[in-house]
Amino acid sequence: MKILATCNIKGGVGKTATAVNLSYLAARDGLRVLLADLDPQAAATYLLRVRPRVKGGGKALIQGSREIDAAIKGTDFDNLDLLPADFTFRNLDLLLDATRKPTRRLARLLRPLGGEYDLVFLDCPPGISLLSESVLHAADIVLVPLIPTTLSLRTLDQLTEFIGGFDGQQPKVLAFFSMIDRRKRLHKEIAERLPAERKDVATTAIPALSMIEQMAVQRAPVAAFAPRSAATRAYAGLWAEVKAREPLLNGPGTEG
Amino acid sequence: MSVPPHNFVYTDGDQHAAEAVQEALAPRFSVVAGRRSRTVRRTWLDTFDWRLYRAGLTLEQVTGHGHGELVLTGAAGERITAAANGTRWPALADDLPDGPLRARLEGLTSVRALLPAARVASTVSEFRLCNADEKTVAWLTVDHMLAAQPATADLPTRLSVTAVRGYQAQADRIAQCLATEPGVTPGALPPLDAVLATAGRAPGEYSGKIDVELDPAMPARMALAAVLLQLLDTLEANVPGTVRDIDTEFLHDLRVAVRRTRTALKLGGDLLPAGLADEYRPGFKWLGDLTTPTRDLDVHLLSFAADAAALTSAGPADLAPFHDYLTRRRALERRRLTRALRSARFTALISGWRSALTGLTPPRHGPTAARAAAAIIRRAHRRVLTLGGAITDDSPAENLHDLRKRCKELRYALEFFASLHDPAAQRQAVRELKALQDVLGTFQDCQVQQQEIRVIAADMMASHDVPATALLAMGDLSAQIGRRERKARSEFAARFADFASRPAQARFRALALGPSA
Repeated sequence: MKILATCNIKGGVGKTATAVNLSYLAARDGLRVLLADLDPQAAATYLLRVRPRVKGGGKALIQGSREIDAAIKGTDFDNLDLLPADFTFRNLDLLLDATRKPTRRLARLLRPLGGEYDLVFLDCPPGISLLSESVLHAADIVLVPLIPTTLSLRTLDQLTEFIGGFDGQQPKVLAFFSMIDRRKRLHKEIAERLPAERKDVATTAIPALSMIEQMAVQRAPVAAFAPRSAATRAYAGLWAEVKAREPLLNGPGTEG
Repeated sequence: MSVPPHNFVYTDGDQHAAEAVQEALAPRFSVVAGRRSRTVRRTWLDTFDWRLYRAGLTLEQVTGHGHGELVLTGAAGERITAAANGTRWPALADDLPDGPLRARLEGLTSVRALLPAARVASTVSEFRLCNADEKTVAWLTVDHMLAAQPATADLPTRLSVTAVRGYQAQADRIAQCLATEPGVTPGALPPLDAVLATAGRAPGEYSGKIDVELDPAMPARMALAAVLLQLLDTLEANVPGTVRDIDTEFLHDLRVAVRRTRTALKLGGDLLPAGLADEYRPGFKWLGDLTTPTRDLDVHLLSFAADAAALTSAGPADLAPFHDYLTRRRALERRRLTRALRSARFTALISGWRSALTGLTPPRHGPTAARAAAAIIRRAHRRVLTLGGAITDDSPAENLHDLRKRCKELRYALEFFASLHDPAAQRQAVRELKALQDVLGTFQDCQVQQQEIRVIAADMMASHDVPATALLAMGDLSAQIGRRERKARSEFAARFADFASRPAQARFRALALGPSA
């Protein structure tokens, strides 16, 4: 089982849209996928038409009094399940803090799902917190959506430096440009230059497209309701780059 | 563990099933078209004696749209699949593609072939059952099956509601609503059972075991007739499979049915009308003798791979001429057997015997089933004790062969009247007897095989088409079998002592006394 996460200090940069769309594409490839919505805003949960409620809330999950397994909901798509968000997830930091080895807690909680899923996708709330640190420790690959500004590049460097300080396993970092506005010269320029200069930046950029915004109306991954759209092509390109970095994600039977 | 779906039968032909479901569920849930409707051919497979069914497994081949798949489903719904393009039935588990499905089947089916038990063309439509958020909470499957085997039949539409993970409560609610809809009947039979039922059949109906429910107080003659009729059913059921050579167990079961019939005639013939047993004894002896050569060759061939692998001074390849010889001989012997099973003599024997048995009436005087069973078992037991007790380490092999026959008679007698005994006592008696039978069986089989190898070697030599390496390998094989034979012989005394021990004898006596009837 591989663990992917979308992470960024900044909010509103397309983390959830990426998590939902890439999870869907992975499931369509035949991988058994669990998308875990750790953000109390419950956007991924809403997009997949699931009600944002987990019995016992975040406390039961973090303390282990309730199996993650029992909280999982099937989505409308083959091979794709969801661990829905719950409003109590706003307290996940506090709950983690009350445990021993809080930064390793999430990885431990996810371990029993290994037989059931090929891929767990963690959708994180924005910010650097104990929760996001726990996510970074659990993940094999961290996807970092970036708005092409100088400031957002600084946050990528901060994140990479932070991960570099981890003992033991460190996740691979793959940043990608999100919400690109092709009409803005700066966006265009940075989105073309950076991937050539840095190996940790994907060549695929996700444009700011109304089709992606339509996800909230359709309440479905973009590839499910607009399979031939530019948005779908962009997410498919990004997913191909993720798979190129992690060969075990290349479809069923590749898990060792 | 996944929860099994809710199943229904839908019999209101005027309305499409999905529309009826929509009416039953509105306004809480909506029915939305799901995956495209498709027609597939489904073939259920099992061994003739239903080994998969008895193990709680269902094996199905699903073909359609140029795609073939084997699906093995366990009692809890767990599935193993394998590609199955172009598999022809009957087939042994060994003939299936290597993988987890074959591995699961091999130990279970062993030498028995998988054959189609039922075939249907199944048109399946799938619908989403959605809640107020238009979220799929369950899948509705509408399945319309047209059976082609065992009989042509148009089955009632089957509905099944399967919860999406995490939505079991909603699926249960949907099932409750559906159950009240006119034309919808909850609790459909499993598909295989439903298809077989159209021909008045049921899975698991054949077993090579004797399974006759006797009443202790019934006349012994009628009890014996019931046993003999079931043996005749078993015998007849195995004729087509033997003739088609589907697997070696058809002949084995046929042969056992004949041997049991002969034993019943020998031990209980005096319960039948005067002259009946004498009239049929020669016919069943003829039939039994007919089956011996092919079965002996089957025994050789079934253990061939293991025996060849265990050779010490020769390689398995050296035995190839011997294997060819056995195969040729078997083909020849099988032709003889098949001819006999199609002969007028065989037909007359079977039909005459059936009408004689079905025409039997209770005698005016005569023992009850319980009394006669007790006497028969007591006598058979005593014979085994007397013969076995006289065997020493120096006794000739014939004495052990005789004892083996008597043990078989005792075993069959126990099985004929099993329903009259306490099940635990019966199991214990059979277990103790079987331990003795096992050494006697190994001893005799080894003797027969060694004798055959000698005869075959001489025959192969005479026909001048045998390389020296093959003869040497056959010698090696014979020596190996000889070691098994000596081991069995050396174990005999201890096994017999166990069987003849005072506590074991007391248990047999208690069983043979029978219930109070």
